[in-house]
Amino acid sequence: MSAIRIEALTKSFGKFRALDGLSLTVEGGAVFGFLGPNGAGKTTTLRILTGLAHADSGGAWVEGLEVGKSAEISSRIGYLPEEPAFYPWMTGIETLDTMGQVHRIEKAERRRRVDEMLEMAGLTEAGKRRVGGYSRGMRQRLGLAQALIHRPQVLLLDEPASALDPAGRKDVLGMIEGLRGQCTVFMSTHILADVERICDTVAIIDRGKLVANARRADLIARYAIPMLALEADDVDRLNKLATEVSQMGWAHAVAIEGRRLTVTVKDLAAAQRELLAQAVAAGLVVTHYEQVKPSLEDVFLRIVENGKESRQL
Amino acid sequence: MMTALTKEWLEQRRTHRLLIVCLILLLFGLLSPLLAKFTPEIIKMVPGGEQISQVIPPPTIADAVVQYLKNLTQFGLLLAVLMGMGMVSQEKDKGTAAMMLAKPLGRTAFILAKAAAMGASFLIGTALAAAAGYYYTLLLFEALPAGGWLALNGLLLIYFSVYAALTLLASTLNRSVLGSGVTAVGFVILLALIEMIPAAGKLLTGGLLGWAGNLALGSAEAPAWGALWVCLGLIAAALTASVLVFRRQEI
Repeated sequence: MSAIRIEALTKSFGKFRALDGLSLTVEGGAVFGFLGPNGAGKTTTLRILTGLAHADSGGAWVEGLEVGKSAEISSRIGYLPEEPAFYPWMTGIETLDTMGQVHRIEKAERRRRVDEMLEMAGLTEAGKRRVGGYSRGMRQRLGLAQALIHRPQVLLLDEPASALDPAGRKDVLGMIEGLRGQCTVFMSTHILADVERICDTVAIIDRGKLVANARRADLIARYAIPMLALEADDVDRLNKLATEVSQMGWAHAVAIEGRRLTVTVKDLAAAQRELLAQAVAAGLVVTHYEQVKPSLEDVFLRIVENGKESRQL
Repeated sequence: MMTALTKEWLEQRRTHRLLIVCLILLLFGLLSPLLAKFTPEIIKMVPGGEQISQVIPPPTIADAVVQYLKNLTQFGLLLAVLMGMGMVSQEKDKGTAAMMLAKPLGRTAFILAKAAAMGASFLIGTALAAAAGYYYTLLLFEALPAGGWLALNGLLLIYFSVYAALTLLASTLNRSVLGSGVTAVGFVILLALIEMIPAAGKLLTGGLLGWAGNLALGSAEAPAWGALWVCLGLIAAALTASVLVFRRQEI
């Protein structure tokens, strides 16, 4: 049984179609990256999965239970919104204790879980302080702690690290990474580096539609365009080479950044044969040459910018 | 429900809502008999006031009751609107409602806990005002019939609850505190306009207050059972509407 199943989900806000027949499946135990540009429909999907918003049509199931039909779902999920909001007059301990009470965790167990969660979030010291005085990073970690207080089977995270500074991002991503194997993590984000770091499976959504869904490595292998890069000291000759290369049949796009020339290629073998030779013929002294390892960012940009390739591996 | 209620009650205390309601109602509970008693004296101190004070009849216990009712209804209504207008809308706007409602907390419990907590604050505030008003009336005038005084304050609590419930509905209908405030004031104005129709006025809060005044002075005249039932019905209708609207809303 899949942890999350979404079928033909649609949702409109006035004339704006936030979700346009979205379908996807998330296997249990996965750390699933739900990628998309701003406004793609990520938050709407998460809000529907939590029952906070209603779909116009289609359906969604969490752990086999249909969203909107079974109240049991809210006990199985943990949810961290993009900007977790707390009662500023509560302390960290009271916040987690209240969330534990809502989940009907027995008092002694609740006390244990609150301590555990505070420790995991690095908030043991701050637990007695009112949440109103917490920093953004502390609130985000508290948000993750409250989402995990009842040991959910599925953790829904909406842009969990997007608004954090590098140190805060590292902390939160470290906490999420630590959950691998404990529950299914469904994480929406537009930050590719976060997905590259912790997600094993990725779906890309654009304009409310799924455009790719695969294991991260498979996605890169399938969608990434090969790239070659070389570096040389003579910028004028490098520019001249760039003009020549851009006219070659094997070149897809050419870019120069400082003393580095990057060529995305259609025919890798031909490019590997000819690029260095052309550089030497142009009188360049090549100081560095490599085949660039494609990143998820390349895949994402290619898929999203090219638009509506609705493919699923 | 108990978790939601515990949270709401803690909120009433931590955000000083309970304190504010208690202090204001207590203050006017205390001041009302004082004002009734000393208004002629105060007027005397104003230049040219001596002549006016001569035509003012000596204050009676009825003036104390009227003053108490007037002050508490005005400030109680204001408190109900100010304390209640952000109760739901602010939680929706700030995102705390989403945090709570993504968990196994029912929306009905969420709304009813708020109503109960606000009701409890007004109950304590009214009890304090009643005790203070009774004591000062006793000191400055004479003892009020205890049963009648209790009935007056019970009806006063129902009066506050009508406006608190309508404000809660306004807060549920809106996403911003300002919008909730405007809607709540709209409800108050609408109710006031309806009360201007003599036949309808007897069946609304005005009828309730007239009856309350009579009861406090030991008179069994003109019981306004109709107004009581209509006010209780208004409270129930406003709360039911809040729950039904909130259950359908996207948070």
